[in-house]
Amino acid sequence: MTLDLPLLFALLLAFGIALYVVMDGFDLGIGILFPFAPSDADRDAMMNSVAPIWDGNETWLVLGGTLLIGAFPVAYASLLPALYVPLMLMLFALIFRGIAFEFRFRAGRSRALWDIAFAGGSALAGFCQGVVLGGFIDGTASPAAPLGFLSGFAVASGLGVVAGYALLGATWLILKTAGDTALFGRRAARPALLATLLFLLLVSLWTPLAFEPIRARWFSLPNILFLWPVPLVTAATALVIWRSIARGPEAVPFLASIFLFLLGLSGLGVSVFPYAVPWRLTLWQAAASTPTLEFIGVGVLVILPIILAYLGYAHWIFRGKATSGSGYGGH
Amino acid sequence: MDTVLLSRLQFAWTIGYHILWPAYTIGISGFIVIVNALWLATGKPAYRALLRFWIHLFALGFAMGVVTGLVLSYEIGTNWSGFAEKTANVIGPFFTYEVLTAFFLEAGFIGVMLFGMNRVGAKFHFFACCMVALGAMFSAFWILAANSWMQTPAGFAIGADGKFQVTSWWQAVFTPSLPYRFLHMVTAAYITGSFVVIGVCGFYLWQRRHLDFARAGFSLGMWLALVLTPLQIFLGDQHGLNTLEYQPIKLAAIEARWDTARQVPLTLFAWPDIAKERNDYAVDIPDLGSLLLTHSWNGEVRGLKSVSAADRPYVPLPFFAFRIMVGIGLVLLAEALIGLYLRWRGRLYDTRWFAIVAACSSPLSFIAILAGWTVTETGRQPYVVYGYLRTADAAAPVTAAAVSGSLALFVAIYLVLLAAFFYYAMRLVLRGPVEAADEPPELLRPGIDSAPSRASAAKPTVAGPWGGGPWDKFK
Repeated sequence: MTLDLPLLFALLLAFGIALYVVMDGFDLGIGILFPFAPSDADRDAMMNSVAPIWDGNETWLVLGGTLLIGAFPVAYASLLPALYVPLMLMLFALIFRGIAFEFRFRAGRSRALWDIAFAGGSALAGFCQGVVLGGFIDGTASPAAPLGFLSGFAVASGLGVVAGYALLGATWLILKTAGDTALFGRRAARPALLATLLFLLLVSLWTPLAFEPIRARWFSLPNILFLWPVPLVTAATALVIWRSIARGPEAVPFLASIFLFLLGLSGLGVSVFPYAVPWRLTLWQAAASTPTLEFIGVGVLVILPIILAYLGYAHWIFRGKATSGSGYGGH
Repeated sequence: MDTVLLSRLQFAWTIGYHILWPAYTIGISGFIVIVNALWLATGKPAYRALLRFWIHLFALGFAMGVVTGLVLSYEIGTNWSGFAEKTANVIGPFFTYEVLTAFFLEAGFIGVMLFGMNRVGAKFHFFACCMVALGAMFSAFWILAANSWMQTPAGFAIGADGKFQVTSWWQAVFTPSLPYRFLHMVTAAYITGSFVVIGVCGFYLWQRRHLDFARAGFSLGMWLALVLTPLQIFLGDQHGLNTLEYQPIKLAAIEARWDTARQVPLTLFAWPDIAKERNDYAVDIPDLGSLLLTHSWNGEVRGLKSVSAADRPYVPLPFFAFRIMVGIGLVLLAEALIGLYLRWRGRLYDTRWFAIVAACSSPLSFIAILAGWTVTETGRQPYVVYGYLRTADAAAPVTAAAVSGSLALFVAIYLVLLAAFFYYAMRLVLRGPVEAADEPPELLRPGIDSAPSRASAAKPTVAGPWGGGPWDKFK
C-alpha cells in the first residue's frame, strides 16, 4: 500500500490554513475592533495582548503560501495570478497592520495615524482574505480580467470573514485582558457573533444554490445522512458563545468561537473536496511530483512538532492578562 | 510597457527593498548575540546598554523585514506563475523549508527577545537572542539555495511537459555557487550590521555623548570590520572564480569583455557600447584582468561575442554595479585599517574627523549589497534559470494595468515606510541609550536591567569602564 501523498498534503494545508485563520484571526479581529475601543489605554492593552505573538501567527500565512507552491504548484500558479488584485490589496493591508505594531509604540503625535493603519490594515486584510476565499470557491476569476473577482458572493464572503475575525478578537479580549478592556470585549462580542452567524447562514445557503457540485455533495444520499447534524452543532456552538459572553469561565467564548470557525472551515472542505482549483483541477492533478512531496514531508514530520512545542512555550511565557503597561513598557 | 518588464521592475523593487532589512537584521542579531554574551561574561554596564539599545533598533528593522518578506512569497505566484509552475518541483520545497526552519524559529523567539525580559531569566533571554540570529541565518541559507539553483542549476532533469524534476536533492540544494553566495551574503550582512553600529556610535563620539556606550560599541564594531572586510574581499574573489567557471557570459558582462582572449586588461572604467560591441573611454590596466579573474597572467576570459546578442545580459547594469560594489568594499576596508591605526595610536575615540567619517559611512554597505545583487541578478539575464528558462517565459498572464497599479502602490507605500522608519530610528538614536538609573523601578526588567546572575555578578570587574590590563591600548 502506498500513501496518498497529495491527500495528506491537502490535510496538512487545511491544518495550516485553520491555524492561520484562528491565530491571525484574533490579531486581525483586534485591529477591526480598534476604532470602537473606549479609550487609548484600552487600545494599548489590546495591542499589547498580541504584540509578542502576531509575527508567529502571521507566519502560518507564509507557511500556507510556501506549502501551496511546494506541494500544489499547479494550483499556486493558477490561483494567484487569477486573484491578483485582492491578494495585492491583502499584502498592502498586512504591511500597514504589521508595521503599526512597531511604529505605534514609538509614535508621539503621529500615533493616531498608526491607529488608522492598524485598524484599516486589519479590516482590509480580513476582507481581502474573505474575497480570495469567495473567488476560490467561485472558480471563475481569471488573470485576464483583474476586477473579475468582484462578485456579490465574494463581497459577502469578505464581510463574513471580517465579522468572524471581530468575534475571535472580542472573545480573545475577554480571555486576555482585564477591566474596561475585557468589558469592551464582552460588549463587542455579541454584535460580532450575530454578524458572523448572518454571513455564515448567507454563505451556507448561497453555495449549494449557486454551485451544483456543492449541492450534490451536501444533499445527496448517503452524504446527507452524515452531514445533517452539522447545522445543529453550529447552532449549539453559537448558543454556547452567546451565553458564555455574559458569564462563566473567561476562556469559553474564545474556545467556542474557534470551534465555530473550525466548523465553518470543515464545511468548506466538505464542499470543495477533492478540488485544489474549484471546479477545474483536483488535488492529484495540482500536486507536485512524488519526490518533491516526500522531501517536504520529511521536513514537516521532523520540524513541525518542534515548532508547535516552542510556539506553545512562547505563548505560555506570555500567559496571563495584558495591560496598557506591558509590552515595551514605555519605550 | 509590457507585463514582463513591469513584473521585473516590481520584483526588483520589492526584493531590493526587502533585502536591506534581512541584511540589517542578520548583522544586528549577530551583534546582539555578541554583546549579550559579553555582558553575561563581564557584567559591564556598557554591554547591557548596547544590548538594550540595539534590541530596540533591531525590532524596527525586523518588522520591516517581516512585512516586506511576506509580499515575496506570494509575488512568485501572482507575477511569476510560469516560473512557479515549471520549477516548483525543485525549489518549491526550499521555500517551505525556509518557513519551517527559519521563520517560525525567529517568530517563536522574537517575542521573548523583545518583550520577555521581565518574564524569563538572563540565560534564556540570551538563548532567545541566539535562536533569532540562527533563524535569520537559516532563512538566508534556504533563500540563497533557491537563488543559487537559479544561477547554477543542478540535480534536475526536464520532463516532456517542460517541468523541472529533481534527480538529486543534495545536488539541487548544494549547487556549485551556493557556498560562495551564502558566505558572501552572510558576511555582507555582518559587515552591514557592524557599520551601522560604527555609524551610530561614531555619531555619539562626534557629538561627545554617551561616551562609555559609544566607545564600547565603536571598539567592537571596528574589530568586526577589521576581520570581516578583508574576509569579504577574499570571498568575493572566490565567488568570481566560481562565476568564471559556471556563468562565463555573466562574468564577461561584469568586465565588459567583448572578445574571448588571454592576457586581458583590467578595465577600471569604460562606457560599454552595446550596439557597436565595444567599450568607449576605457581606462585599462594591461594583463591585470586575467590575473584577477583567473589567477593567472595568461588566463583566458570568454567574451560576450561568443554567444548571440539575444543571449547576453544588458551589459551596463552588471558592469557599473560591480564597480560600485567593489569600490565600496575597498572604502570600507580602508576605514577599518585607519581605525586600527588610530587604535594603535590611542586616538580611536578622539579623532573628530574619523568619527564624522564613521557616522556617514553606514549607508555604504547597504548600497554595496544592492549593487552586488544587481550584478548577480541582471548578469543572469536573459534567463531566470541560467541556461534553461528565459525570464520572458516565466511571467504570469496578468494584465499590464494590474501590475502597473500594484507597482505604483508598492513604490509609494515603501517610500512612506522608509521615511517613517528613518524618523523613528533617528528618534531612538537621538534619545540615546537609556541609563538604568534614569528608569522608574517598575520598568526595570530582571535579566536585562539587573546583574546577569549571582555567580557572574560576584566576579570582580575591572576598576573603571576601560581601565587596567595589558590590552588597554587596544580597547
